[in-house]
Order: sequence, then C-alpha cells, then structure tokens
Amino acid sequence: MAHGPQSGFKRWLFTTNHKDIGSMYLWFSFAMFLLGGCMALVIRAELFEPGLQIVQPEFFNQMTTMHGLIMVFGAVMPAFVGLANWMIPMMIGAPDMALPRMNNWSFWILPFAFAMLFSTLFMEGGAPNFGWTFYAPLSTEYAPPSTTFFIFSIHIMGASSIMGAINIIATILNMRAPGMTLMKMPLFVWTWLITAYLLIAVMPVLAGVVTMMLMDIHFGTSFFNAAGGGDPVLFQHVFWFFGHPEVYIMILPAFGIVSTIIPTFARKPLFGYSSMVYATASIAFLSFIVWAHHMFTVGMPIAGELFFMYATMLIAVPTGVKVFNWVTTMFRGAMTFETPMLFAVAFVILFTIGGFSGLMLAIAPADFQYHDTYFVVAHFHYVLVPGAIFSITAGVYYWLPKWTGNMYNETMGKVHFWLAFIGLNLTFFPMHFVGLAGMPRRIPDYALQFADFNQISSIGAFLFGAAQIVFLFNVVRTVMGGKKATDEVWDNPQGLEWTVPSPAPYHTFSTPPAVR
Amino acid sequence: MGLSDNAKLATKLLALAAGMLVFAIFVMPPLYNAFCEITGLNGKTGGRYEAVPAAVDSDRTVTVQFVASNNENMPWHFKPGRVSIKVHPGEETNAVFLAYNPTDRDMVGQAIPSLVPFKAAEYFHKTECFCFNQQTLKAGESAELPLRFIVDPDLPRSVNTITLSYTLFDVTERVSAHFDNNNADPQREG
Amino acid sequence: MLKGFKRLFAFPAALGLVHSSLAEEQGAERWGVNMRQGVTEVAQSTYDLHMLIFWICVAIGVLVFGVMFYSMWRHRKSRGYKAAQFHESTIVELVWTIIPTLILIGMAVPATKTLYDIYDTEEADIDIMVTGYQWKWKYDYLGSDVSFFSNLSTPRTQIDNRQPKSEHYLLEVDEPLVIPVNKKVRFLLTANDVIHSWWVPELAVKKDAIPGFINEAWARVDEPGIYRGQCAELCGKDHGFMPIVVKAVPEAEYNAWLSERAEAAAKMKALTEKTFTFDELFARGEQVYNRTCAACHQPNGQGVPGAFPAIAGSKIATGPLEGHLNIVIYGSKVNPAMQAFGQQLSEVDLAAVITYQRNAFGNDMGDTVQPVDILNFKNQQ
Repeated sequence: MAHGPQSGFKRWLFTTNHKDIGSMYLWFSFAMFLLGGCMALVIRAELFEPGLQIVQPEFFNQMTTMHGLIMVFGAVMPAFVGLANWMIPMMIGAPDMALPRMNNWSFWILPFAFAMLFSTLFMEGGAPNFGWTFYAPLSTEYAPPSTTFFIFSIHIMGASSIMGAINIIATILNMRAPGMTLMKMPLFVWTWLITAYLLIAVMPVLAGVVTMMLMDIHFGTSFFNAAGGGDPVLFQHVFWFFGHPEVYIMILPAFGIVSTIIPTFARKPLFGYSSMVYATASIAFLSFIVWAHHMFTVGMPIAGELFFMYATMLIAVPTGVKVFNWVTTMFRGAMTFETPMLFAVAFVILFTIGGFSGLMLAIAPADFQYHDTYFVVAHFHYVLVPGAIFSITAGVYYWLPKWTGNMYNETMGKVHFWLAFIGLNLTFFPMHFVGLAGMPRRIPDYALQFADFNQISSIGAFLFGAAQIVFLFNVVRTVMGGKKATDEVWDNPQGLEWTVPSPAPYHTFSTPPAVR
Repeated sequence: MGLSDNAKLATKLLALAAGMLVFAIFVMPPLYNAFCEITGLNGKTGGRYEAVPAAVDSDRTVTVQFVASNNENMPWHFKPGRVSIKVHPGEETNAVFLAYNPTDRDMVGQAIPSLVPFKAAEYFHKTECFCFNQQTLKAGESAELPLRFIVDPDLPRSVNTITLSYTLFDVTERVSAHFDNNNADPQREG
Repeated sequence: MLKGFKRLFAFPAALGLVHSSLAEEQGAERWGVNMRQGVTEVAQSTYDLHMLIFWICVAIGVLVFGVMFYSMWRHRKSRGYKAAQFHESTIVELVWTIIPTLILIGMAVPATKTLYDIYDTEEADIDIMVTGYQWKWKYDYLGSDVSFFSNLSTPRTQIDNRQPKSEHYLLEVDEPLVIPVNKKVRFLLTANDVIHSWWVPELAVKKDAIPGFINEAWARVDEPGIYRGQCAELCGKDHGFMPIVVKAVPEAEYNAWLSERAEAAAKMKALTEKTFTFDELFARGEQVYNRTCAACHQPNGQGVPGAFPAIAGSKIATGPLEGHLNIVIYGSKVNPAMQAFGQQLSEVDLAAVITYQRNAFGNDMGDTVQPVDILNFKNQQ
C-alpha cells in the first residue's frame, strides 16, 4: 500500500490510482476539447461571411457532427469523470475508487473509441455527416459507410461511461468514511451520485439506438424504415429518451462544483443544502418525462404536446431553486473574486440566461418558431459552455493547487476568464438574434441579413479559442512549479480534501478520517 | 465495505444497464407502436378491423381525401382512383388505388398508410386494405388495389375531412434478400 | 491564401453596398434581432406569446441579477464586509418554489390557448401537398393537375463568390408556392427520402416532412406578399440550399394563376410530342443540368471524388443510351444519392438533360434524345 507510482509509461498504462486516472481523464478531455474546438473554428470560419469559402457543405456537415460528438462525449463527460476520480475519494474519505481495475479500463478504452471516431474523417465517403443527433433515415439508408465505425465508437464510449458510473456509485455507497452520512456528503458527490444513476439508465438506451441503426443498415431489420413497418420517428423518441437525461448528465456535476466554490469565496455556508439535493433529484426525475420537447414539430397529438410542454416548464422550478440558492449564498457573504469564483459567478449568470431561453423553448407554440434555428444553438451553448465548461474550468482552478501543490498564476487566470467570458458572449449571444430572425441551424451558408451577427460570432469564437491557450499555459506552468500552495489553499474551505497536504499524496485516507 | 460488497453492487448496476439495453431495443419499439395506435401518433391507422354492425349516421357527411406518393426510386405509377369521397359515418365504403409497374422487372411494393388529423386515426377502420400485404406487379402490369373502410360514428364533430395518405415503397430487394437468406426462392434475382 | 485574406477584409464593404440597395422586404432587415410578427393570426399570437415569455424572463432576470450584482458590489471582503452565517429557511424555500410555479401557470394558459388554435381542424379551402426531396420541394395542388418542383434559383456563381450576391441570396426559388390570401390553406407534408422540415417564419408554420407519413399544418394569410423560409431539419449535403418562397396573392389572381398553370401543364404534354433540334435540346439541357444535377455532379461535370461520380467521360454517359436513360429515370440501385428523376422532370427536360450530358464536358457522343424517346422508354419498360 505504501509504494509510490511506477515510473515511465507503465505508470499510466497500468495505474489503478484514482488520482492518476483522474489526471488522465482531465488531460484527455482537454485534448478533445481543443480538437472539438478546432472543428468549431472551421465552422465559424466558414460562417464568417455568406457564400462558400473554406469548406464544402459535405465537410461542413461532418464538422458539425464531429464537433457535437467530440464535445459531448469526449470533452465534457470525461472531464467530469476526471474530476469525480480525483475528488470523490478525497471528499468522502476513501482511499481510492471502489473498483480500481475497472477504473483503468474505463479510461483506456476511451482513446480507442475516439481514434476510431476520428479516423472516419479519412474514410471514403467521409465522416458521419448527419448531426450529433443522427436522425434516421439520414443516418441509416443515406449515411456514409463510415457510420458503422461511428456506431462502434459510440458503443465503446457507452461502455466506458457505464463502467465509470458503476465505479462512482460503488465508491459513494460503499467507501464513505465512518460518520460521512449521505446528507453530509459534499454536493459535488451528491450530484455525481445522481448523474451516475442517470448514466446507467440512459447510456444503454443510446447503445440500443445505435444497435438498432446497425441492424437496419446491415441486417435488414426495419426499426426506423417505414417500408418494412418501422418508423423514423421512433428513432427520435428513443434517441431523446437518452438525449434529454444526457444533457443533465452534463450539467448536474456542474451544479455540484459551483455549489462547492461559491460558499468558499462568499465565506458563508450554502443557503439550502438539502433543498439543493432534492432539487437535483427532481431535475433528474423530470429529465425522463420531457424528451419529446425536442420534437415538438414532428407532429404529435395535442395531448402529447401539452404534456411535454407542461412537464418541461416544471423543470424551471427546481432549476430556479438552485439559482436562488446560489444568489442567496452570495448575499451578505464576504466575497473575493479569485479565478474559480469568477468562473462560478459567470456560470450562475450565463446558465440562468440559458435557462430563460430554455423556458422560452418549452412553450410549444413558440417552439414551432424557435425549433432548429440558431436560437436553439444559442440556448444549448449557453447552458453547456458557461454551464459545463466554465464549471469544469472553475473546478480545475479551485483544486489545481491541491493537485499540484503549486498556486496557479492569478493574473493569467483572470486574463483567461475575461477573454473566455467576452469571447463566449460575443460568439453565442448574437446567435439568439439570428435564430429569431429566421436562420436555421446546421447550414453552411446563409442569407445576407444574417451576415453581420455571424461575423461577430465568428470573431468571438476565435477569441474564446485563444483564451484556452492561456488556460493550457497556466495549467502547465502550475504543474511544473510556482508558488507553493498551503494545505488549505483558500480561506477556510469546507471538505475533507483540504485536510490532506498539498500536493495531495499519492495515497490519501489509507486510514479513514474522522468526520465531524 | 469489502470487495465483495463492491462486486455485488457492481453486478446489480450492470444488470440495470443490461436491462435498459433490452428495454431500448425490445420494449420501446413495440411500446411506441402501441402508443401510436392509441393516440393516432403519426397517423398510423392500425390493422384489419372486424366490421361490427353499427348505425349509419346519415345526417352527417365526412370527406375522405386520398393522396398517394412514391418513396424515392419507386417507379410505379400510383394514384387514388378518386381524389375524395363523401361518406356517412358508420357506412362501409369501397375505394381503389391504381398502380402500374412501367419497368421491365417484376417488383414488389409496400404501401404505408398515414392519416391526418391524428385524432381521427382511431376512428378510421379499414376492413380490407392492400396495405395489409405486399403487392407484386409483373413488368408492365397494372392493378386496382382495393380498400374498404368505415368511419366510426364516434368521430369527433370537429373533424370534417380525413386525409388518408399511402406512400409506396419499393421492397423488391428487401423481399429477395429475405428469400435469399432463407433459400426459399432461388429463381428470384437479387 | 493571401488573396483569401484580402477578400475576407474587403467583404464587409462589399456587403454594405449590396445592402444599401436593398428594397426592404418585410422583416428581412439587417441586424434583425427579433422574431417576425408574421402575417397570420396564429403567427401574431405566437409572436405575442414569445414576447410575453421574454418579458417575464427579463423581469425575473432583473430581479435575480439585481440582487446578485448588489451583493457582489456591497458584500465584498475588500470593503471589509463581514459574512453573515445564515442558512436553511423552509419558508424562503417554499416561497421561491411556489411563486415560480404560479408564474409558470400564468405562462401555460396563453400557450395552451395558442396551441389549440394551431390544432384547429376546421375544413380548409385549399389543400396543398408538400413533399420534401433532397434538396428541393414539390407542391401538388390537390384536386387540380398543378404540380411542380421548387428549386433554389441562386446561381452557383454567387454561392462560390464569383459574382456579387443578389438581394434574396439563398432565399429565392424558380417556382414559388402561390396561395390566395384570406383563405385557409392546408399543407399536407411528407418526404420522399429523409426527414425535412417545412418552415416559413411569417406563416408560423414549421412541420417535419417524414418519409412514409403525413403531417398537416395550415395558414390563413392576411396580406399579399412574398414570404421566405427554409428547410429546418438537417437533410444532407444541401440542407442549406432548399429555400421556400410563398407568394400570397388576391384570390382572383390566384385563380388566374392556377388555370394558367393547368394550361401550361397541358402544353407541356403537347411539347412532349414535338421534335427538337440538337441545339434546342443542348441549351435547355444545360439549364436543367445546372438546376438539377450540378449540385452533386458539379457544374463542370467532374463530380466529387469518392462521393459523386463525374459525368465527364463517365461510362454511363458515353455508353449505350438505354443505361443512361435508366439511371436518370429510375435512379441508381447502388447509390441512393442518385435519385429517380423520371417523375421529377418533364419528358422534355429529361430528353434535354440527357442530350446535354452525352455531348457536354467532352462527351462528344453526337446523339440526341427526343421527349418521345423518353416516353417510349418509360412505357416499354
């Protein structure tokens, strides 16, 4: 038990240490974030002005598809798993994850999945070009041959996520230090526990839907083909039965991170811990009964439209509870605004804006005008970029001194924040306007009246991209050295992770800590 | 909190995941179809209806409109015999669709029905329909495809027009692939 | 590369010029930031609903962000503010659960009402079947013989930046859908291949067109005008290049147009009997090719390697006529991207485009195909 890490490449290949695996997840997801980001920049460069300049429509569609898939499955999800790996054992006083060898596998199959997905770009007929939502029959009868590889890579990603989720649940339920009752767990642990259950419930549904595609393409079944008695709309129902919980998988852990950071920098306990837990659970529950709001224009009986509209509107209630809680936690605190807090505050503001557009989208008759326009693109980027990406960034800045033992450069962190904040708003805010004015999504070229705002979006996107270089530089510098961090790092932060030295030793809590 | 606890929990969770996979592939499609039939989702009209004697509501007239379309690469000429018929709810009515195979190969077609408004779907009963079976037309052959239906007298008052659409799909290759797999029809070319 | 950069910077100026000459059409203004109010009652109530929800969100936003910014300004450690330690309050939690619920109910009432209006099934005056194709729309006026395809009419040269972009760049078609004002027009939507979505913002109609199934939507347009929309569901390569143009005209004008179209359809039948010269066919074929084939096979007939075969030097276009007729009329058996054009193009256009393909791009076959040949081929098959 007392031995340290092996040296060289083998350390990483065979490691079962939660900190090593967490680091690998985080680096992997950052690499995917840059890759998916480059694809986004190709898209934004093409959309800089009307007309076709840089890429042709076929390649444009491959870029939108791959950008979505890589960001969802390669950047956001693995980053949260990485944070979970690092922090959950340290937060609950466990020596490691419950199933360390499975932990190793669940990481190491990911690079293969993404290598396979990425290789489709070089195959004949090109990469998948049917959007990350891959609606049949565009993704079955009309799909490029590389679709089979896309399906397998989705299978592998699903397996990885399910294994990761099982591990997290087992760790949380079985490995808590004595005295760490469920209602004493940090909110990040709580939100991840609920997220892990969501993952186990819906990743197999995604695997199921791609398996049905595979059978339709190669084995003559007709799940989604009307000619054989199937129905392309069935695809959308199954996909969104996975897809809606999936978007909460990408946001619930973010709620946990922000609920950890805001109290630290407000120097004030979280206003309503238990209501936060219940709100998270109700959001998770509601996520299973709202999927068809992604399909309001598909043609549903009015009862269906009404049910899904009402259910979707209900989500605003627990989400509101969360936002009100964060604001009340800040109220009459003694706030300082270090980089993690800046990102957390930006999260609250911008996520709320994304929530507002979400509420607008929930109104079925109005959605008939918003659906599949840039308004939707603006909406989900407002909840995902400041939501998932900002919270992950905040978490990295917050815990980086604990991981490395060194303080990051605060000035550079602030530069990163402001560049990213301005870049993000320049990129995505104008998308609300062009969407309302009538610009459909997923088009490589557009009418002239959308030109000005698109140009602003493109400039913002490159700014946001540049901000990430500052981030990378700052993190690498901190890993290499810098001002030594104290064990507590911040001003009286709550949580067991701050009771261990900085940098956190290779093995922590080999003997369970006492929990007050 | 030994390893066996973890293994037990992991097995349970894995079983849950496997259960969800089975649910997605084997439960959701039939569930969806059942749901469609109940709600008229996508205008699916259900299977053969056993005619039950019902009072004809001759005070009320409903227009039944027919539209026909071909899916991609289906070369048959396909159209309704009459564009629309006025019927009284409860009365059994006959209609035909005309199909002609202009190609030099024997082909198999499958018509897929769909009906709007969706809320009328459960009140539209087909006692006989060419869409219940695949249709084979030899090269150059034409046919009158029969349809017999009853509009349920319980049809909501707000519905005055029912539009029934048939989309014709070319399933020749699907059928022959199926036969090839079973070696049931060696003469047919793939 | 350098040249590309120059163009990048020169472009905004050029764009300004194009814009200043715009005769402003309804709603399609530059820097447009909001939903258009539309020209139907449903569109108007959708717009009102949208604005209502928007202002409610703004009010909540002002309140929440107001409190937040206030405390970020007042409750800073740098101002020496001491943190209060209050937390947990069931009453506060209840208040901020119940009030939003009430607000939501307030939103749901008008939303439900508008939805019921949209789902109205009262008899329509005119039924039009709308069929989505990769990548064009087909309109059938039910109960008449009028039926036509509506293609993007923006020339390729504008898309490729070889020519200045016109006023309605990408939002113009060769044949608009014509409807009368003040009549309930019902759209029956389906698709021929993949899922499309027919969207005209000013009519507040967006409905998916699904292969094998039909959907319905309707509109009663109040004012004559030209209303433009686009396909809203990703449907493959040219998803961004299949616009919709609806021309709403007074009823008398509509009736005149419809009978004129019916006559034209009859005339087209007569043309089918006519024998054309090679030059006539070649010239017409070039137009048909650029409208219908060039998107995939490219204007120069070179295709896209790996995706769309070249016409220039192709085995089919320089092989026996039968094979060429077969693939154009019935589509390809192996490559679903090659559709069956037999129903989409008239006999005259089919004859012209096949003649063109066999004689353009260096395919000097020298033969001509007459409309009657097409008809015979279709019937003998």
